Amino acid sequence: MTATAPLLSIEHLDVGYRTRDGVRPVVHDVSLDVQPGEVVALVGESGSGKTTTSSAVLGLLPEGGRALGGAIRLSGTDIAGWSDRRLESVRGARIGYIPQDPVSSLNPVRPIGVQLAETFRIHGRGDRRSIRGRVLELLERVGLDDPALRAKQYPHELSGGMRQRVLIANAVALSPELVIADEPTSALDVTVQRRILDLIDELRREHGTAVLLVTHDLGVAAERAERIVVMQHGRIVEQGATEAVLDAPGESYTRRLLADAPGLAEHAFRHPRPPLFLRDPGVAAAENPFVLEASGLVKEFSLGRRRPAFRAVDDVSFQVLRGTTHAIVGESGSGKTTTARIIARFAAPDAGAVSLGGADATALAGSAKREFRRRVQLVYQNPFASLDPRQTVAEIISEPLRNFGVGDRATRAATARRLIDRVALPADVAGRRPAELSGGQRQRVAIARALAPEPELVILDEAVSALDVTVQARILELLEQLQDELGLSYLFISHDLAVVARISHSVSVMRRGRIVEQGATEQVFRAPQHAYTRELLDAVPRRAAVAAVATPAPSAPAVPPAVPTGKALA
Amino acid sequence: MPYLARRTGQALIVLAIAFTATFVLLQALPGDAILIKFESPELGLSPEQIADIRASYGADVPAWQQFLHTISGFVVGDFGYSVQYGTPVHELIGTALPETLVLAGLGFVVAVVLAVALAFLSTLAPFGWLRQGLRALPGVFVSVPVFWLGIVLIQVFSFQLRLVPVIGADPVQGLILPVLTLAVPISAPLAQILARSIDEVQLSPFVAVVRAKGASPARVLWRDVARNATLPAITIAGVLIGELIGGAVVTETVFGRAGIGRLTEQAVANQDVAVLQAIVVLAALVFVVVNLAVDLVYPVLDPRLKRKAVAA
Repeated sequence: MTATAPLLSIEHLDVGYRTRDGVRPVVHDVSLDVQPGEVVALVGESGSGKTTTSSAVLGLLPEGGRALGGAIRLSGTDIAGWSDRRLESVRGARIGYIPQDPVSSLNPVRPIGVQLAETFRIHGRGDRRSIRGRVLELLERVGLDDPALRAKQYPHELSGGMRQRVLIANAVALSPELVIADEPTSALDVTVQRRILDLIDELRREHGTAVLLVTHDLGVAAERAERIVVMQHGRIVEQGATEAVLDAPGESYTRRLLADAPGLAEHAFRHPRPPLFLRDPGVAAAENPFVLEASGLVKEFSLGRRRPAFRAVDDVSFQVLRGTTHAIVGESGSGKTTTARIIARFAAPDAGAVSLGGADATALAGSAKREFRRRVQLVYQNPFASLDPRQTVAEIISEPLRNFGVGDRATRAATARRLIDRVALPADVAGRRPAELSGGQRQRVAIARALAPEPELVILDEAVSALDVTVQARILELLEQLQDELGLSYLFISHDLAVVARISHSVSVMRRGRIVEQGATEQVFRAPQHAYTRELLDAVPRRAAVAAVATPAPSAPAVPPAVPTGKALA
Repeated sequence: MPYLARRTGQALIVLAIAFTATFVLLQALPGDAILIKFESPELGLSPEQIADIRASYGADVPAWQQFLHTISGFVVGDFGYSVQYGTPVHELIGTALPETLVLAGLGFVVAVVLAVALAFLSTLAPFGWLRQGLRALPGVFVSVPVFWLGIVLIQVFSFQLRLVPVIGADPVQGLILPVLTLAVPISAPLAQILARSIDEVQLSPFVAVVRAKGASPARVLWRDVARNATLPAITIAGVLIGELIGGAVVTETVFGRAGIGRLTEQAVANQDVAVLQAIVVLAALVFVVVNLAVDLVYPVLDPRLKRKAVAA
C-alpha cells in the first residue's frame, strides 16, 4: 500500500467471551491496517464479528469480552493490553466513535450542548467559555441551524438525522486521528443516509481523519470506502482495494454478498405475466383484474384543539393487479404505514374507498369484517416481536386456522407441516419455539402463518428490512417463488428502493402523505418523472460502475401492454 | 395550571373514597368503643346512663346521619372525640404526629441513602464476588420482619454491645435503633429497583457513546446513568410511603415510642372509631400528596415527559 506507517494496525487479534463453560472465541486472527486519512469498510452480516472487532479497538467490549491475543497498534503503540483507565485518554481524544442508532445514543435527560461539552471536559480541553464556543462551532459545522437553540434542546426534540449529526460532532470534537463508525446510517432513511455519509466524508477530508466504517451494507462500503475488509464467522475472508474486491471477488462468500446486495447486483425488473383476461378475452368480462383497489384515501390526525389536523394520508389511490406485487415506497413519515393500516382495516379512512376483489370493503362490520381479515394477511417488520414466544412454530402457523375455525386439529397440523415445507424450513422446526430460530427462519414462520388462511392479499410491512442482506435475498426469493406458484398478490411496504426494484411489478412513491409518482417498477426506476423519485434513487448507495447498469440497457425486455404506464402525479 | 387542578381533584376523590370505605368498615365491626369502655359489668352503669353516653358521642343516630356529621366535621377540621381518652382526636394526633414524622422522615432518608449506596456499590465494586454479594443483600433485607429486626437490634446494640442505652436514652440516641429498624426493610426494594434500572441503563447505547468519549465508569454512573435510573426508583419510593406507615406502627410498638403508630395500635385494640377514622384519612392524605409530588417531579427529571404533562 503506502510507505507511511499505518495509523491503526490490528495484528492477529483474537477476541473471546467468558462464559460458564470457559472462553468462547468470537473473533479469530483478524489482521487489518488503516492508513492515516483512509476509509476502510469492515463488512459482514450480523454475528460476523465486525462490531466486536471495532469495540476491541476502543477497549469497550461488552461484559465478559476481552482480547485473547494479538496486537492493536495505534501509530505503532500496542494498546491491546492497556488498562481501562489508560484507554480513557485515547477514547474521544484519538479515536472517535459514531454509533448505529442515533435515537438511543444520546442521553435523553441532558441537553445536547452539555453532552457535546462533556468530551472537552473529560479531556480537560479549555475553560467553560471556550468550550461553549467550540460546542456552538461544532453544531454549526455538522449542519444544524441555530446552534444556540440546539445546544439547549434535548435529544427527543431533534429528528433522527439531526441526532446523528450531533453524534458526529461528538465523535470529531477533539479532531481524533481515527473515527470508528459502527453502522452510522443503518437506522436512517436513504436521503438522510446520503447526507450523513457526505458529512462524514467532508469532515474526514478537512481533518485528515481515518474512518473505520463498520457496515452490513456492501453498497455503502462500495460507495464510500477505499478498502474493504469482509468478515464472516469471526474471521476475515477477504480484504483489498474496493475496486479489486468488487470487480474480482476471490471468495465465494464475497461473491454471494455481492449478488445479494440489493443496490449492487444486476437483476431484471419483474413484469407481471399477462393476466388471464388477456390470454382469454372470454374470461375477462367475468374476472376483475385487480385484487385490491384503493381510491382517494385520506386520513387525518388531530394535533390538538386550535391546531390544524395533520394529513398523514392525502388522496392516495392505487391498484394491485392479481398475482403481482405493488410496492409503496417512501421515507419515514411519508404515510406508507398508515396507508397499509387503512388497507388492513386497522384504521378507518376519513375519505376514500378500499375494495377487495371488486367488492367494497370500506364499511365492513361484524362477520364480513372477520372474513375480510382472513382474506388479507400481514407480515410485519420485526420477526422477533411478531411471533408469540410461548407457542411452538406449528401452533403459530395454525393459529389463524384455529381462530377462523378451519378444519380440525389433525388437518390443521397437516396444513402447518405443509406450510413449513412450503417456506423451505426443515420439518423439525414444527415443535420448536421462536427463540430457537434465526431472524430469517422466524420471518419464514411469519410468512407461513400469513399463508395459512389462504389469503388473497398479503401485506408485507417492511418485511425484510430487519434482515441481513443474504437472508433478505433468500426471503425475497421465497416470496417470488410463492407468488409464482400460488398466484399470491402482495402489497409491499418499504423504504428500501433497491429491494422494491427487485420484488415489485408496480410501485407508488409516497412523500408527505401523497403519491408523487406511480407506475410499472421498471418505468419508474429507469425514467423517474418526479424530482423526489430521482432524489431517492440517487441516494441509494452504489458504485459508479454499477449505477451505469441501472440506466436503460438495450437488452431490457419490452413492457407488456397490461402494465399501467408510469405517470408523475404531482 | 389545569394539570395540577385536575390531579388535585383526583386526590380529593381518593380521599373521599378512603374516608367512606373506612367509615363503612368501622361501622360493620361488631361492638364499638363505648361498649368496650363503659359496658363492662364492673362499672355497673345502668342502660339509661349508657344511652346518655351514646347520645353524648352522637352514636345514637342512624349510621348515615353519623356519616354526614363526621364527614362535614372532617371538612372543617373537626375530627370528633376519642372515646378511649375522652379528648378531641386532633389533640391526640397533634401530640403524636411530630414524633412519627421525625421517625418516618429519618427512616425514609436513611432508607434512600442505604439503597443508593447499595445500588452504586454493587455496580462499581472492584470484584465480581463483592458485587454479587452486595446484589444479594436487598433480598435478605426485604425478607426481614420489622418486629424481629427491632428486637434483634435492641439485643445486639443495647444489651450485648451496650452502645445505645435502652432506658434513659436522650432523644437522639432513642431514635437510632427505631430509625434503622424502619429503614432497612424499606431500603431493600428501593435498592433492588435502583440496581436493576442501573443495569438496564448501563446497556443503552448512549452509555457506550459516553464511554467512547473517554469517561470513566464512575463518571458515567453519576452523570449519565443515575438520573435515568432514578425514575423507576422514585415511583417505588412513592408506593413505599405506605410501607412506612405500616412500619411505624410496629416499630413504635416494639420500641415503646409514642406516636401515630402507637396511637393506631391502641385505637384498634379499643375500637376507637373516631381516632381510626382520622388516622386512615391522614395516611391516605400523606400517600396522595407524596404520589402527586412524585408525578410532579417526573418532568423535572425527564424532559421527555414535560410536554405531555403540560398538554394533558
